[in-house]
Amino acid sequence: MTTALTGELSAQLRGFRQVQRLAYECAEAVAAQLQPGVTEREAARMQRAWLRERGVRDWFHLPFAWFGDRTAFVNFRIPLQFFPTDRRLEPGMPFILDMAPVYDGCTADIGYSGSLGINPVQDKLMADLEAHRELILGEVRERRPLRAIYEDVDRLMVRQGYANRHRAYPFGVIAHKVDRVRQRRWSPHLFGFGTQSLKGLASDALHGHRDGWSPLWSPHRFSDHPPQPGLWAVEPHLGFRGTGAKFEEILVVTDSRDPEESAFWLDDDLPHVRRWAEDK
Amino acid sequence: MTGFSQSVLKGARERRIRTGGVELCVAELGDSGQPTVVLVHGYPDSKEVWSEVAPRLAERFHVVLYDVRGHGRSTAPQPLRGGFTLEKLTDDFLAVIDTVSPDRPVHVVGHDWGSVQSWEFVTVKRTEGRIASFTSMSGPSLDHFGHWISKRVKRPTPRRVGQLLGQGAKSWYVYLLHTPVLPELAWRGPLGKRWPRLLERLEKVPGGDYPTSSLPTDAAHGAWLYRDNVRARLRRPRPDAYAHAPVQLITPLGDAFLSEKLYDELEQWVPQLTRRTLPAKHWIPRTRPDQLASWITEFVTATEGGKNKVQATGRYAERFGGQLVLVTGAGSGIGRATAFAFAEAGARVVAVDRDAEAAARTAELSRLVGAPEAWAETADVSDEHAMEKLAEKVATEYGVVDVLVNNAGIGLSGSFFDTSPEDWKKVLDVNLWGVIHGCRLFGKQMAERGQGGHIVNTASAAAYQPSKALPAYSTSKAAVLMLSECLRAELAGQGIGVSAICPGFVNTNITSTARFAGVDAEEEKRRQKKSARLYGMRNYPPEKVADAILRAVVRNEAVVPVTPEARGAHFMSRFSPRALRAIARMEPPL
Repeated sequence: MTTALTGELSAQLRGFRQVQRLAYECAEAVAAQLQPGVTEREAARMQRAWLRERGVRDWFHLPFAWFGDRTAFVNFRIPLQFFPTDRRLEPGMPFILDMAPVYDGCTADIGYSGSLGINPVQDKLMADLEAHRELILGEVRERRPLRAIYEDVDRLMVRQGYANRHRAYPFGVIAHKVDRVRQRRWSPHLFGFGTQSLKGLASDALHGHRDGWSPLWSPHRFSDHPPQPGLWAVEPHLGFRGTGAKFEEILVVTDSRDPEESAFWLDDDLPHVRRWAEDK
Repeated sequence: MTGFSQSVLKGARERRIRTGGVELCVAELGDSGQPTVVLVHGYPDSKEVWSEVAPRLAERFHVVLYDVRGHGRSTAPQPLRGGFTLEKLTDDFLAVIDTVSPDRPVHVVGHDWGSVQSWEFVTVKRTEGRIASFTSMSGPSLDHFGHWISKRVKRPTPRRVGQLLGQGAKSWYVYLLHTPVLPELAWRGPLGKRWPRLLERLEKVPGGDYPTSSLPTDAAHGAWLYRDNVRARLRRPRPDAYAHAPVQLITPLGDAFLSEKLYDELEQWVPQLTRRTLPAKHWIPRTRPDQLASWITEFVTATEGGKNKVQATGRYAERFGGQLVLVTGAGSGIGRATAFAFAEAGARVVAVDRDAEAAARTAELSRLVGAPEAWAETADVSDEHAMEKLAEKVATEYGVVDVLVNNAGIGLSGSFFDTSPEDWKKVLDVNLWGVIHGCRLFGKQMAERGQGGHIVNTASAAAYQPSKALPAYSTSKAAVLMLSECLRAELAGQGIGVSAICPGFVNTNITSTARFAGVDAEEEKRRQKKSARLYGMRNYPPEKVADAILRAVVRNEAVVPVTPEARGAHFMSRFSPRALRAIARMEPPL
């Protein structure tokens, strides 16, 4: 993404937009099939099967599913706890589906929050996430250091009365870079992460380390740099007394001087964005 | 109508109902078109035991009270022996409700023996469909009790034997009542005369027009309640004593006669059970009328509306459901987390903060997580006038506060000589005077109501951990700690507990608003940021402090250090104060 928006760029973005839409379609399809008694493992398997049927062969990471208070990562101590368990879904329970398929070399990484029946707390959390989406975009356009943006998001969460739950992710990241992935016939994965994608992330980390930036957007010193052009999967995650909610989608950052073009969300036609528009 | 009854139960309509050879004296209050609530008294009492609760309920319901046969102005059966069996008491109850509410099922409320009888009413076939709900306090079903005993006798484990012996010791008066003639002589003689004083001294029952002058005969006749039923039922408890209506169980935790363990397995008999607990002694209709009226109202309204269980999900919902809790500094940090924790336990929350928007946010989210009602109030705790106005408004609009959390506080760091008089004034105004105003105004309302309550003051580990970096802050918090201890001593006699919470480093925004004395604005900003980061790395969540606050109220703890470093410092302040003084000399890493 070293040039301004050109025809070639938009063609590339179209691929990413397509796979992101596909992933959100999958989330909506699987969410519609969830019933009381379904386990997290089953929900994860349903996502995987749905996407495999539609041609997904590689993953940035395999699908996750969290139910109940696991949506807020209550008592999470080690990363293994992110993997789906045999927790069963009950009426009124919140859930989050999180998947990162690679299709045609393009990566998506999405998070979909919902609940089985009505869950007013999660509705409120989702409604309040809108402010975060605006805040992040605004500050990226201002080219503020990522670490500072992270802290501003944190402050907004505290003001809203919520806990920062993306803090529980590896390195406490609110976002990470995604990129094109080379298609191989065999695509193994390691601890749920596709090896091709991990390779990309590692090489970014190496280059970034030399040039003073990092593909991980974290609260730590290594994120104390302005936004690096590229695709960032942004995932603010709110938690409130045993209920969590997040969205995850791709933010495009370019080196354009025009603020509008310097950063924008890859797609504005996503379930959570539509919901906010409907509520207005 | 006699003049006597009028003076105790104002505006009651009285009638007499003949049934099974006795004449029952029945009083009614309130609009008879409303749902009927029948109040059944215990032993040794008459219906006047409800004189505080009944008028409060009469605002919303048709309240019916009657003197149990042989008590008050109802006549006694002849002969007495065999005239007080639960079957006959059920006949009386049916006769009363068929007269006062022939078409609609009634809501029963029983205390002590009134509750024992009502358990019979709500578990026998012939009353099915006539009872809409039952609120039980301090009186178990004799059948459940019989099963409880036999289970513990047949399969004794150390715990079960302990429970058995514990309840066995608490039931000493039951054995005495089984001796012939002596109880009657005692009640008609010296015991009857001294009883009101005994109640006042031992049970903290406020004096006045209760107990009534009929006490000696009530107590003498009532001995037959025990003699006619206890042995028979405990030996052969009914196997089918299942409740056919929703039950609300209110357990006073300081009951000298009944162990709370009696109700451990109650769910097996009652499919729809709502539990409540309150820190009080046996005679709660006299000592806690406001709380009872509010719980009964809530329960009756809910069952009328088709709900079978009313309870929030929080861990301490039994204890705090429906109580009024006021938290200062509720716009952020520990205050906000505390408001949420109380809300989750079903309490009604008043969130006070000087930041109106933040307080409103706390109130909004409190409603979302379970508070039946929540309000935001804007006030600066250091402003005496504002606090007085707040106290007045809260008392008139929301009621008397049951739990007060004086939490608002500000941070101030810097050496003693860098701390200006204005800095001192500011930190003492908020941290100490805020607490004083809170205790003075809301504590006074609590004490005047005379129905217990609890005050929580947020002190700090800095209250006993000296530090050269926090002289003013530590001084203010040490004062709060001592104030809490003194107040605890003063209010103990009135059933009001006081707890001081002493958190260590908790991840809240106190660091980013703290004042750093003796440095310029830029350096202050830097230190705020640095300390916020350090506290963030420590990352002790305010939610855990909130949990400690609820626990402190439930257990009535005096001083509660929260976080390991606060507990460590508390321990050292007692056993190795010199080491603590050495720590005080260290420079903070800012």
